[in-house]
Amino acid sequence: MAAPTLEFERPIVDLERQIDELRRLAGDRDLDVAAELAPLEQKLKELRIAIYRDLTPLQRVQVARNAKRPFTLDYIRLAFSDFVELHGDRAFREDAAIVGGWARLEGETVMVIGHQRGRDTKENIKRNFGMPHPEGYRKALRLMKLAERFQVPVITLIDTPGAWAGLGAEERGQSEAIARNLFEMSQLQVPILATVIGEGGSGGALALGVADRVFMFENAVYSVITIEGCAAILWKDGKSVEMRDKAASALRITAHDLFDLRVIDEIIPEPVGGAHSDHDATATALKETLVRHLDELKKLKPERLVRKRREKFMHMGQFIE
Amino acid sequence: MAWFRKEKKPPQPPRQRLEIPRDTWEKCEACGHTDIRDKFLRNFNVCPECDYHRRMRAHDYAGMLLDEGSVLEVGVELRSTDPLGFPDYPGRLKRALANAGDSDAILTVSGTLESLPVGLGIMDFAFMGGSMGSVVGEKIARLGQRCLERKHPLVIISASGGARMQEGVLSLMQMAKAAAVLSQLAERRIPYISVLTNPTTGGVSASYAMLGDAILAEPGAVIGFAGPRVIKQTLGQDLPEGFQTAEFLLDKGMVDRVVHRKELRSMLSRLMRHMTGRPASAGYTEA
Repeated sequence: MAAPTLEFERPIVDLERQIDELRRLAGDRDLDVAAELAPLEQKLKELRIAIYRDLTPLQRVQVARNAKRPFTLDYIRLAFSDFVELHGDRAFREDAAIVGGWARLEGETVMVIGHQRGRDTKENIKRNFGMPHPEGYRKALRLMKLAERFQVPVITLIDTPGAWAGLGAEERGQSEAIARNLFEMSQLQVPILATVIGEGGSGGALALGVADRVFMFENAVYSVITIEGCAAILWKDGKSVEMRDKAASALRITAHDLFDLRVIDEIIPEPVGGAHSDHDATATALKETLVRHLDELKKLKPERLVRKRREKFMHMGQFIE
Repeated sequence: MAWFRKEKKPPQPPRQRLEIPRDTWEKCEACGHTDIRDKFLRNFNVCPECDYHRRMRAHDYAGMLLDEGSVLEVGVELRSTDPLGFPDYPGRLKRALANAGDSDAILTVSGTLESLPVGLGIMDFAFMGGSMGSVVGEKIARLGQRCLERKHPLVIISASGGARMQEGVLSLMQMAKAAAVLSQLAERRIPYISVLTNPTTGGVSASYAMLGDAILAEPGAVIGFAGPRVIKQTLGQDLPEGFQTAEFLLDKGMVDRVVHRKELRSMLSRLMRHMTGRPASAGYTEA
């Protein structure tokens, strides 16, 4: 199943189709259409800029959830090398909603861990739509401790609607699994870099998000609750566009919002037209950001690293006194 | 004649109506048992008939656990603000302040419990459903800091529906903030005991509530990550009997003990004594 086109992207897709058509025609008949193509491509570029400049928060949610966006395994393939995936939590079972393993970033070994969504129905069933069970978080923790033992940095990629809410998840301690990760990540003796690549859904996202540096892609979102959940609770309507739009704006979930709230450290720019329009360029941007920050963090002694990480989260929040 | 003559009584003053205060009687929410309020209170607000642990206000809970005259509130000056400009939030805060008092969703105090110094946080469901926003996180951080400096054990009584939506992602980050505090206590070998009361769900359960060196739960308390309504929705079927209760969690290995409210004080004392290397109190010497 191909990912459905986002409504506001329709003009872009139409124009892309037109250009493809022209190219195909030219190829078939061996014509030189460069002169005709140039203005169309220019128009496409302008259209992308115009549409992506003023995305509403709700539209950003749609972009962040878009199945054409690069997922964790895409980034691992494009920005890392020598990936050896590791499986299982050693207690209950393997959870494919989180993937992780050894990889190299510019030749240096890192532990990379991320939520993994699926592009089609079959894969989404396997990945549970990127919604981990407790064993997924426990696998992630096992890998983080492994990285700590071998003094290797941890890189997490966040992309989940949230932790799974179901009978088995509750029985096996979803709360405890998430809480444990927050606790252990607060004292892990190696650098941790977290990046929200798509949707950062609540505690299920934060369980990979307690890090020395937290980044968000330009069109990613990060929220305490899904916009649908928020609208359903507060306005008894989680379905209508109007209420979802209201919740998306009210919750302040865009990268710029989180930067202003001092929850994230940096916004990673996406290619014009969003991450899905150019996976390679997007992965390169991620890689550049990770390498730059890792170079800084590697200079810190573990003790100082942990102290600063704790201080960072201890300072979050706004209140009057 | 005189026999029949009605003795004239002096005019009586109008009979004084015995004023029964409205709150003299209380009714158990679980079994409907009605009893004198005082009887509920003397029973730690547990129904004398069915043992249902009724909701308690934070101040009452502190009074129940701590030694008389030892209670000192900390962080009382902290007030929630509206960092996102969230619709209706200032109004809701104002109403909560008027109805539930000025401690926000958690009362943080220091005091002594059976003469043991302790930092105690008690969540108050009456304040916006015990929801955790920036103030709750900051109060826990300050209480934890105080415990770190004084080497006092920390006890948190949870009662919360989860993170406070109206402060958005800042509420979410309070989960990490609390975990960061607790990791420091653990590092210094300062005990932290978590007590789960009805209900403890969402962001609170997925943070400090499940991180105790000992985790106790009140009988019957609903405890879980997702609320029962949400799970019912995702499953499209009814939940098994007793799902997500304290007893269920005990059975699944997620809490250490289910403790009746009347025994909580002595249980906390015993645990703290074990974890801080103190001798048993008089009641628990070698049998």
